[in-house]
Amino acid sequence: MSIELKNISYTYMPKTPFEHLALDDISITVPEGKITAIAGHTGSGKSTLIQHFNGLLKPSKGTILVDGVDIGKKNTEAKAARRKVGIVFQYPEYQLFEETISKDISFGPMNIGCSEAETLERVKQAMAFVNLDYDKYAHRSPFQLSGGQKRRAAIAGILALQPKYLVLDEPTAGLDPKGREALMEKFRRLHRERGTTIVLISHNMDNIASYADNVIILNKGKVTMEAPPEEVFSQKELISQAGLELPEVKTIMNELAQNGLEIQNNAYTMDKAVEEIIEALRRKGKC
Amino acid sequence: MLTDITLGQYFPGNSPIHNMDARVKIVLLFIYIVAVFLFDNHINYGIMTAGAIGVVLLSGLPLGMILKSIKPLWWIILFSFGIHLFSTPGEPIFKLWNFVMTKEGIIQGFIISLRLVLMIAISSLLMFTTSPLKLTDALESLMSPLKKIGFPAHELAMMMTIAMRFIPTLLEETDKIIKAQQSRGSDIGDGNFFQRAKGMIPVLVPLFISAFRRADELAIAMEARCYQGGVDRTRMKQQRLHNVDFWAGGIFGVFLISLILVQFTL
Ligand SMILES: Nc1ncnc2c1ncn2[C@@H]1O[C@H](COP(=O)(O)OP(=O)(O)OP(=O)(O)O)[C@@H](O)[C@H]1O
Ligand SMILES: [Mg+2]
Repeated sequence: MSIELKNISYTYMPKTPFEHLALDDISITVPEGKITAIAGHTGSGKSTLIQHFNGLLKPSKGTILVDGVDIGKKNTEAKAARRKVGIVFQYPEYQLFEETISKDISFGPMNIGCSEAETLERVKQAMAFVNLDYDKYAHRSPFQLSGGQKRRAAIAGILALQPKYLVLDEPTAGLDPKGREALMEKFRRLHRERGTTIVLISHNMDNIASYADNVIILNKGKVTMEAPPEEVFSQKELISQAGLELPEVKTIMNELAQNGLEIQNNAYTMDKAVEEIIEALRRKGKC
Repeated sequence: MLTDITLGQYFPGNSPIHNMDARVKIVLLFIYIVAVFLFDNHINYGIMTAGAIGVVLLSGLPLGMILKSIKPLWWIILFSFGIHLFSTPGEPIFKLWNFVMTKEGIIQGFIISLRLVLMIAISSLLMFTTSPLKLTDALESLMSPLKKIGFPAHELAMMMTIAMRFIPTLLEETDKIIKAQQSRGSDIGDGNFFQRAKGMIPVLVPLFISAFRRADELAIAMEARCYQGGVDRTRMKQQRLHNVDFWAGGIFGVFLISLILVQFTL
């Protein structure tokens, strides 16, 4: 099962002088149970693309299948399929509106018809997940929180919907390095423990390198690559054409290889790189 | 989608109409509207309609854009047409209970509708061909004689500029918030009146908060740049009249004179 996009095109403000083709004939698959990263330059169409996953935007052309169901239809089956996909938007803290944090997180579950007991259970789970202590924060106003805490409260609002597919649009933008690391670790745990499929939009190739099973590169509304990370990162030209940079580790490994160290040069994460370098040095007989 | 609406939206272009000085455009528009309501000779309606069509063609905007701008006021036009249809005394052609439809009524209704359409079409042409910034600059400069009697022309124009600047931003923001809440399962715009009103809360609260935040940030940014309104401020873009403005004035003069001649001689 998967999210499958078939020949999706999307035009903003069609038939006006501002007409803009934001997505151009995109066909991709987001496999279930994996972490898929979408990367691309600013304005390449990433946010536009993910808004198709749960039917917020209707494609000008093409079809979207979530677990085999065409979500463009108007029946209850399509509605249920759309609800399998939860999207955390860029800067989600701007969607908070309720008097208290627990009420705000309840908004989603109540909308989809959960009972009060069920909702409370989900709120508690979601808050625990993002490290917001229920007893301490549940009855505070969301507007009294710090920026990072607001972000986590907003993410909890989506998690409480328990989506099968969780789409994250630059979830760590504007957070400090420590907060970034912690948040990403949470998503990884969610993936591992609940088997949630994750779609991660990111500019940060280092982030992508350490988390993604599958990478999709967008350039000016077109998909230029859809492959596992090691394959994507070996295509230096295509990456820089798309206005992106290789992960730092990969850059260093390339330099080493160029300067004559005989490494395999498949590694793109720190751990693997260390292994490769040690192995190469050993072969050379230096340690 | 929300951001698709074209209310008072500027369509960049390079036609003579686009290049005219905004002050000239506003003054000519004003005279034109007065003319539309003053002259009631049938030939003059023809001339004025032809003039409007000519200007639209000259602007190079698609005619559909102009028609679209009339659409929201369609009901008002129809309503006033209906009122005139039945309330003008004259030769009856149709009678329904107490209401009498007259031949004069049809003509009068048609004329009123034409006047409204011409007025809206030409006003929206001004909005379509003039950037909001130029428009407010022009309004400020046209209102500046009133500064002598203490009228805050500059401040008013500044407020208008800021308001217009933030309309698209706020629309975009509304769009984003609606989508975010829809992703949380809310059916905005469904149900009866009360359900719908309640459904707006999750949108309005974040929207107001962000509007206040933006206003605050803008105020700080302006203060940090030592902004002071009004007196002795110079402009980066001076408003100057060019050849195109004199041509426009001349042609409009001829247009006006012929209207007057037709009105009083025929
Ligand atoms: N509401 C809109 N109306 C018109 N054009 C839009 C709208 N939203 C986005 N666009 C245009 O569509 C293109 C893709 O935008 P999108 O937001 O999907 O980019 P992105 O890849 O998410 O960029 P970023 O990394 O900056 O978030 C851009 O060129 C943008 O100008
Ligand atoms: Mg984006």
